[in-house]
Amino acid sequence: MSKKSLTINDVSKASPILTKVDNEDLMPLPWNIKEKESKDIAEGIQNDYACILDDVSVLNIPKPKTKEEEQELVDKFISGMKKSFSRTDNWTFLTMLETTMENCAKCNTCSDACHLYEASGQNEMYRPNYRTEIFRRIYKKYVKKEPFSDLRNGKVDLNWRTIARLGEMSYRCNICRRCAQACPIGADNALVAREIRKIFSQEMGIAPPELHKGGSVNQMRTGSSTQMNAMVAKDNVEFIDEDFAEETGYEFHTPWDVEGADILLIHNAGEIMAWPDNIAAFSIIFEAAGLSWTLSSEVAGYDSINYGVFYDDVQYARTAILHAQAAKKLGVKKIVLAECGHAHKALTVIADRVLPEGLQIPRESCFPLLRDIVKSGKIKFDPSRNNFPVTLHDPCNVTRLMGIIKPQREIMKELCPQFREMVPNGPHNYCCGGGSGFAIMHRNNIGDWRNKVTGRKKISQILNAFSDSRGPEIEKYVCAPCSNCKGQIRDLIEGYELLDKEQLTYGGIVELIVNAMVDVNPGFINWEEF
Amino acid sequence: MSLFVYLITYAGIVIFCAAVLKRIISYINNPMHVRWELYPVPHEGGGKAEYGGSYLEEVDWWKKPRETSKINELKVMAAEILGLKAVYEYNRPLWFVTYPFHIGLYFTVMFLVFLFIGSIAGLMGIEALTIMAIVKFTGPLGFILTICGAAGLLYKRLTDENLKIYSSIEHYFNLILFIVTMGVAVLTWLFVDPDFVMAKTFIAGLISFKLTGISNPLFLIQIFLIVATITYIPFTHMSHFFMKYFLYHDIRWDDKPNIDSPETNAKINVVLNYPITWSAEHIAGHGKKTWAEVATFNPEAQTEKEQ
Ligand code: SF4
Ligand code: SF4
Repeated sequence: MSKKSLTINDVSKASPILTKVDNEDLMPLPWNIKEKESKDIAEGIQNDYACILDDVSVLNIPKPKTKEEEQELVDKFISGMKKSFSRTDNWTFLTMLETTMENCAKCNTCSDACHLYEASGQNEMYRPNYRTEIFRRIYKKYVKKEPFSDLRNGKVDLNWRTIARLGEMSYRCNICRRCAQACPIGADNALVAREIRKIFSQEMGIAPPELHKGGSVNQMRTGSSTQMNAMVAKDNVEFIDEDFAEETGYEFHTPWDVEGADILLIHNAGEIMAWPDNIAAFSIIFEAAGLSWTLSSEVAGYDSINYGVFYDDVQYARTAILHAQAAKKLGVKKIVLAECGHAHKALTVIADRVLPEGLQIPRESCFPLLRDIVKSGKIKFDPSRNNFPVTLHDPCNVTRLMGIIKPQREIMKELCPQFREMVPNGPHNYCCGGGSGFAIMHRNNIGDWRNKVTGRKKISQILNAFSDSRGPEIEKYVCAPCSNCKGQIRDLIEGYELLDKEQLTYGGIVELIVNAMVDVNPGFINWEEF
Repeated sequence: MSLFVYLITYAGIVIFCAAVLKRIISYINNPMHVRWELYPVPHEGGGKAEYGGSYLEEVDWWKKPRETSKINELKVMAAEILGLKAVYEYNRPLWFVTYPFHIGLYFTVMFLVFLFIGSIAGLMGIEALTIMAIVKFTGPLGFILTICGAAGLLYKRLTDENLKIYSSIEHYFNLILFIVTMGVAVLTWLFVDPDFVMAKTFIAGLISFKLTGISNPLFLIQIFLIVATITYIPFTHMSHFFMKYFLYHDIRWDDKPNIDSPETNAKINVVLNYPITWSAEHIAGHGKKTWAEVATFNPEAQTEKEQ
């Protein structure tokens, strides 16, 4: 079906798929960089799951095999939708959902703000309001039961295809809320995507395996979504300490379970496995600044991830409570979130009205603290060690959703002589394309889709930021101070072969800080190890 | 006929107020929601609002006094209300038609307000020439701008393929209703009541309950249409004209932190004791009944122990 002819009611039609983004539709990229061929969705997947939206399957909705199963899918969804509008079942977001349902003017002002809509060549399915409109029409007719709903709100046929496609469509959005920022009314299409995800998870028990089984469930079971239990995490960090002490010539030791410390630092445990230099850099900086701090070996206390923010309020609340309990047990004065955007948002802002009395330990971002350390004069820096082009990616959760904009820039300006901004940036940034859980998904052709569609705007922003420094002879660095963003940007750089061709690498902000520390051997950041 | 139109007007005013109040009360009575703010938040003080910053940019932010600025907030509101800034920035082609429509409505509201004041003045025996001059200016301007804007919006919805997909019969009906209502208002102004004397008499009659007989049919049709339109608005998405206040102030800009706030803690206590009935196994499978029970229970740790 051509993207142009897509209407709302097409979602319920018996076509094999609703739409597809062809290569010729895609937004052009700067520098004529080479597009990789995307894989097709594997056949086995198509047999087992309802792959009827497009050429990707993120949610993996089991394909109904009988008429009864088809009806069951519809009934369960409607039952969940009713709960979304219940003041007790959905006290968390009812107000935002209701106001978005009732006040949207259907003016499409939000469309062009969406990087997926733009990257896909304005494919209708990616328009922020498309999935919301389907959801709204179902709600008005089958849950709110508005008289003359078809006339008033428009028609949508309700069948298993509508539901399966709507569910899958909720995973064609990064929940970055850039569209919400553009809305003149204050409606929020990102929220609707998340509410659909919630119905699938909380009512129907369907969620992407990376987020639920392999994510929040693992975290509650072993302490971390990486499946590292506390002992393994401690061993790994000890190894990181030794390894990096040798490499940097700077003796340090990461403290664990220090009762009464000022700070409980919580990393995204994925860093321990994928980016040990980030763990080491935090420890070096905190030790050099003489802070009273600790890591925790409690369940979830050493892994800040809270995938519930992407798909499930209950898993969210459970995880936030585990984090707070870990801090309470140690009696620390505050929790500091390391470089993980969604963890920032989950524990500092959303948890503010979820954590009960007794668990409300103060929580803050690492960026202001790092800025203060850099500016304090406690550590000696040589900014010339960072004399290569650096640009900064703003994680949506930290900037648009928390307003933490300046501290990162103050560090950059202090330590990176060739710092340049991406355009746009700060609260108006574009998502990296890994937001809302996609960054950790590599299943089937999801990685290809992330490179081709969701990360397209970001890679084009990155390339534009370095337009004065092209070529493999100039080493360039994308600072992405968030684990998920970092994963996505790593995949973009790999996918477009930009390390070899452009000497483009990536990392967090603490790596840049340590790279400029006089007391540390030069070369903490290098372009050989990726 | 005249009496009937008077009665319709009273009924319309009552229904309008009741519908607006119902929406507001239902909004206010919703349970506390989680924080979901979106930056830039314009009341952030200390120059932070300009670049979209927040108090969370400070170490130990909970120990520091929060700088806020009502002036900044008012500036942003003024640009949004008077200039429709978001549409101007993000959807310029639409702005050219939606702006006259909204400004036309603002002028029409001003017209009604000043007509009301003029009528009260008239009842008190004051001529209020300036007030009536404003009425004579704002009324026709408001009617004509609204017609132009509504016609432009209708044209866009009918011809723009992207908008068409999202437009329902209600959208077309609403715009035609505005065109017809304001069209009749223009005709009445041109041919029946150029100085709004009849309108002033009608309003004075409404206020004083002296239901003076007005027999001009076009005038009565105009009143009927205006009342019908006003009464209808809060039942549609156009309720955003007052709900936007809450969408901005209570959701988008609600960045109030919970620093040992007894009021917020009491609300947290209420919501955590709400029952929870979501059916998925990981929620319902453990016999826990309230949010507090479910959220403080780690089913996976339990499973581990049991194994
Ligand atoms: S969400 Fe806002 S911008 Fe988007 S269509 Fe609705 S009213 Fe317009
Ligand atoms: S939240 Fe982001 S990705 Fe999702 S529709 Fe809005 S702008 Fe697009």
